[in-house]
Amino acid sequence: MKRGNTLKLAVTVILVAVVVFFSIQPLTNSETGIPLGLDLRGGVHLVLQAEPGKDGAAITNDDMDKARAVIEERVNGLGVSEPYIQTNYDKKRIIIELAGVADPDEAVKVLQTTAKLTFRDPQGNILMDGSLLKDAKAAVDTSNGGTDYVVQISFTSEGTTKFADITTKYLNQKIGIYLDEQKIQDPVVSVPIVDGQGQIQGYSSLEEAAQYAVMFRSGALPVSMSIVEKNQVGALLGADSLNKSLNACLIALIFIFLFMLVLYRLPGLVADFSLVVFAVIVLWALYAIGTVLTLPGIAGFVLSIGMAVDLNIIVYERIKEELRLGKSLRAAVDAGFSRAFITVFDSNITTFFAALALFLLGSSSIKGFAITLIVGIVASLFTAITFTRWVMRWIVGINPRMSKWLFGVKEVK
Amino acid sequence: MADKYKDKKALKNTAPVVTPAASEASYDDVKHDHRLYFNIVKKRYIWFALSLLLLIPGIVSLCTQGLNLGIDYKGGSMFTIQFNEKVTQADINQAMDSVGLTGSVQLTNGDMSAIVRTEALDQTKRDELLVTIQKQAGTFDMKNVQEQLVQPAIGNELKSDAIKALAVASLLILIYVSFRFRFVYAVSSVIALLHDILITLGLFSIFQWEIDAAFIAAILTIFGYSINDTVVIYDRIRENERRMKKKDSFEDMVDKSVWQTMGRSVKTVCTVLIALLAIFLLGGESTRSFSLAMIIGVFFGAYSSICIASQLVVEIKKRTSEDNKKDNPAES
Repeated sequence: MKRGNTLKLAVTVILVAVVVFFSIQPLTNSETGIPLGLDLRGGVHLVLQAEPGKDGAAITNDDMDKARAVIEERVNGLGVSEPYIQTNYDKKRIIIELAGVADPDEAVKVLQTTAKLTFRDPQGNILMDGSLLKDAKAAVDTSNGGTDYVVQISFTSEGTTKFADITTKYLNQKIGIYLDEQKIQDPVVSVPIVDGQGQIQGYSSLEEAAQYAVMFRSGALPVSMSIVEKNQVGALLGADSLNKSLNACLIALIFIFLFMLVLYRLPGLVADFSLVVFAVIVLWALYAIGTVLTLPGIAGFVLSIGMAVDLNIIVYERIKEELRLGKSLRAAVDAGFSRAFITVFDSNITTFFAALALFLLGSSSIKGFAITLIVGIVASLFTAITFTRWVMRWIVGINPRMSKWLFGVKEVK
Repeated sequence: MADKYKDKKALKNTAPVVTPAASEASYDDVKHDHRLYFNIVKKRYIWFALSLLLLIPGIVSLCTQGLNLGIDYKGGSMFTIQFNEKVTQADINQAMDSVGLTGSVQLTNGDMSAIVRTEALDQTKRDELLVTIQKQAGTFDMKNVQEQLVQPAIGNELKSDAIKALAVASLLILIYVSFRFRFVYAVSSVIALLHDILITLGLFSIFQWEIDAAFIAAILTIFGYSINDTVVIYDRIRENERRMKKKDSFEDMVDKSVWQTMGRSVKTVCTVLIALLAIFLLGGESTRSFSLAMIIGVFFGAYSSICIASQLVVEIKKRTSEDNKKDNPAES
């Protein structure tokens, strides 16, 4: 009995130490660990709003796809490791997040200019403007007996004449198709195209052809985009914020650890121990969900640490009360946990609701805070109710007659 | 499973067994255990008066000058510039003037950095402003400028989303509290909650501290936390109420419950405040308004759980039971 508890306790402590040790590297690795938000490592957050054209025509989802394709193309040109681009079809917006971009200023400039598709000769001189392209779509061509994935292009009447001239002049040469200054393809002209209907061959799949088709179309109808929201953080400032908030986190942890230790002695130590388990669970959970760590996120984490110990405090105060009533340690610990359970559950569910509302309706930066808070509440229910209970039982099991002084209660008599 | 069973068996073997319901601390025990004991329930009119004293200036200020909304809600451009040298407010103001812009300038970090706020600027105007500041006020690295731009339309969306979030959260909490506790308790806890929120908003209005997007997160967390704190005391009142004997007074029972949970109330508010103070003092500029609001809210949340929420239960109960007695003297 006694040895069994000592063994369980020892194994748990070692296990936790090992888990903590092997968690540090994978979680904090700058490449594969918990990704840092742009407010912690510099970058740009942009919300682009598509504006209806001069003719007042409504913006279609297809327009949004085209615009997105162009933006993706440009973002890739910037060399950002994990760009995040999202289209909001309802509000006709594109949200772009480029964390860790070296020069956010430059990135914004590159993204904001309107896309322009051009056809150019092999030397790169502009022959024709993309606005004369009417449509481009992916298709499967079986006329040669095999399965060819192609992009079919068609031109306006003005474009038809121009393209006929070009394809006659540059027969058997390469014509470059450029999006802004970037060449996307340069197919060889095999026959002059006089009827304004051509096709580009040589794609490996229908998806690939479709991707190119979108890019060609986007040149044909540039949607004008304006910046409605921008949050730009320099890399130095981001690093500074990261340092400051980690520092705040560390100081808060140290003080809370000491506070619990001084107030509750042995159970305080157990609470500190379970707080370590709590932190590891929360960080792994955030990692698993794929949360990006932001400043509000760190604030939420620190706050959830402060709240997590509340559960320990409720339980321990209860144990103290039971001990004052003259109960044995074991009975007091059991009663403390079982009586505090309802209270702990009741009180945490309300904070959970608040965090949930924030998550559903908050702005993107606030969502990070809400997620850490939600994860923190769930994790703290586990560590404070279940984990601490095990450990406390084992400890009491090792020596049921240990001094009550260790529990922060004056010895009776 | 096997462990649990073993433990229970062991528990039976360790004499003497105390069954939980049989023993409880008496009111006198509780008084004796707290060195600073005084009767909180009897002084409840002092707490009510104190709270009104705190609430009224805040409410007046909210009605007259409102809140100082930041660009997240109003729309606008904000730049945080770290200069290579010391700068003066006048130089930056002049630079803004010369490109035809007005706004506020706030120097921090020993006059080495400046926070510049102005209307929502497009890319050309923004470049013009930054170049002019560089020429007229002091040099800085363009790459390291922190910039926030919010068009007014987006700000309005954020505002309405914030109000929606508040509505959803309060609805969920209200439903939960009225489901778990009796009506009197639910009403009192909601009044206490409004009290905490209004004091926080009031102080932000009186001092015209700026409100950013994270502020709404703080208010909602106060929502959750304030009720959380109250629920712990209510739980104890509920537990003690069941054990009440006929001759026991409700007031004494509440006073006892409040003091039984006092240790927890004080200690929890301490740990949460430690965490918040760390963020406030060390976490940098961008989480400051969030942590400040939380500090105020958490502090008053703890105060109102003890001095408002529980005391309102006493007050309402007393008044309704007096009415009952007058109406129906046969019922006790």
